[in-house]
Amino acid sequence: MTDPHGLAPLLADHPFFRGLKPEHLATIAGCASNVRFDAGAMIAREGDEATQFYVIRHGTVAVESFAPHAGPVTIQTVSAGDILGWSWLLPPYNWQFSARAQDLVRAIALDGTCLRGKCEADHDLGYELLKRFAEIVAQRLSATRLQLLDLYGQTPARP
Amino acid sequence: MTAAVPHAPPAAPMTPHPFVVQRALPETDDTFTLELAADRGFEPLAFRPGQFNMLYVFGVGEVPISISGDPATPQTLVHTTRVVGATTRAMRQLKRGDQLGVRGPFGTAWPVEEAEGQDVLFVAGGIGLAPLRPALYRVLSRRERYGRVVLLYGARTPDDILFRRELRNWRADFDLEVHVTVDRATREWRGNVGVVTALIPRVPFDPRNTVALTCGPEVMMRFTVLELQRRGVEPEHVHVSLERNMKCAIGLCGHCQLGAEFVCRDGPVFPYARVRRLLDVREL
Repeated sequence: MTDPHGLAPLLADHPFFRGLKPEHLATIAGCASNVRFDAGAMIAREGDEATQFYVIRHGTVAVESFAPHAGPVTIQTVSAGDILGWSWLLPPYNWQFSARAQDLVRAIALDGTCLRGKCEADHDLGYELLKRFAEIVAQRLSATRLQLLDLYGQTPARP
Repeated sequence: MTAAVPHAPPAAPMTPHPFVVQRALPETDDTFTLELAADRGFEPLAFRPGQFNMLYVFGVGEVPISISGDPATPQTLVHTTRVVGATTRAMRQLKRGDQLGVRGPFGTAWPVEEAEGQDVLFVAGGIGLAPLRPALYRVLSRRERYGRVVLLYGARTPDDILFRRELRNWRADFDLEVHVTVDRATREWRGNVGVVTALIPRVPFDPRNTVALTCGPEVMMRFTVLELQRRGVEPEHVHVSLERNMKCAIGLCGHCQLGAEFVCRDGPVFPYARVRRLLDVREL
């Protein structure tokens, strides 16, 4: 597989891809391109078709949901070293949340449609990617549960 | 393994000393800071970072409050607390010149001297930043003796962030990496959103040469330790500050007992490895 943009070394440095076999990395790099978003730019819109996910290299992205009367509400932020988006992986392949650049964001965009095809063709690659995404999903679920506990709002009874 | 540092109890631990309010500062909607000075004829109380005092509002009650000031300037005794009951509510009404009783200082200290030569990671949640602040002052006053120094701080909302001005100053004036996150953002907030533990994978420190000091709700501290372990920090290098119902503060009454430990005497700062099993026991 070719690496038209020479991104395999950058991907190899990212924690999400660390330890992947070189051939898998090269396959993934074949679906990758460099992108940048200025502060305030929308990276993804809730409900739109999810054709990509992003490896954040620089900057911070606000993951938002739109609430009537409240406008966009930031649910979480992701930064350099994080992955943005897994809606490309699961039907119906629509973004579940919006994503907005809080400052200048540099990222590597991965073409989800392209990758899904490659994962179907190479189940070892598919399993490897799925394991890594499952870990991220589990971490974010755990973090969301902690947020729901509203830890700092509660205080044990005191005199 | 670094150990929480014990400290000799005061000579007359059950006798409150009169202190006078110098300044009363609102911090957030439900938290405030009192700056106290020893009343005439009484000595200031030297303390170590992490220790607490028993503050007595005359005629109302006595509560344990961590010291949040600079150990280098014990003549100004600083306490930051949240309003959670009748005594702290009465305490918030105190004004300059009002008097209250102080017993202390009590308990163990953060191992800041033992951490010299290593990276130091502070992880604070909510009001938990207050007991960590003296350790931050101490580390920053001897900054060259430490490796990387990182503060991760989680608050409920942007309005609940403690010591705002100081956080900004620390970030600007010292070689200190400060990351603040909130659980619930407002529209104006442009910082991190999410739990404080989510910041741990993002910040630079050497997990094999790091001492982590954490203070906040116990659930937060448990998840902090899990995340630190994932990064490679051993539980022996993690220290937690626990809160229980301290009453006598000298390990006699048993109100703050946690298994075989008396939090007032053997804590409040513990090496996590020492209390890990106890924190898993729901009945405690």
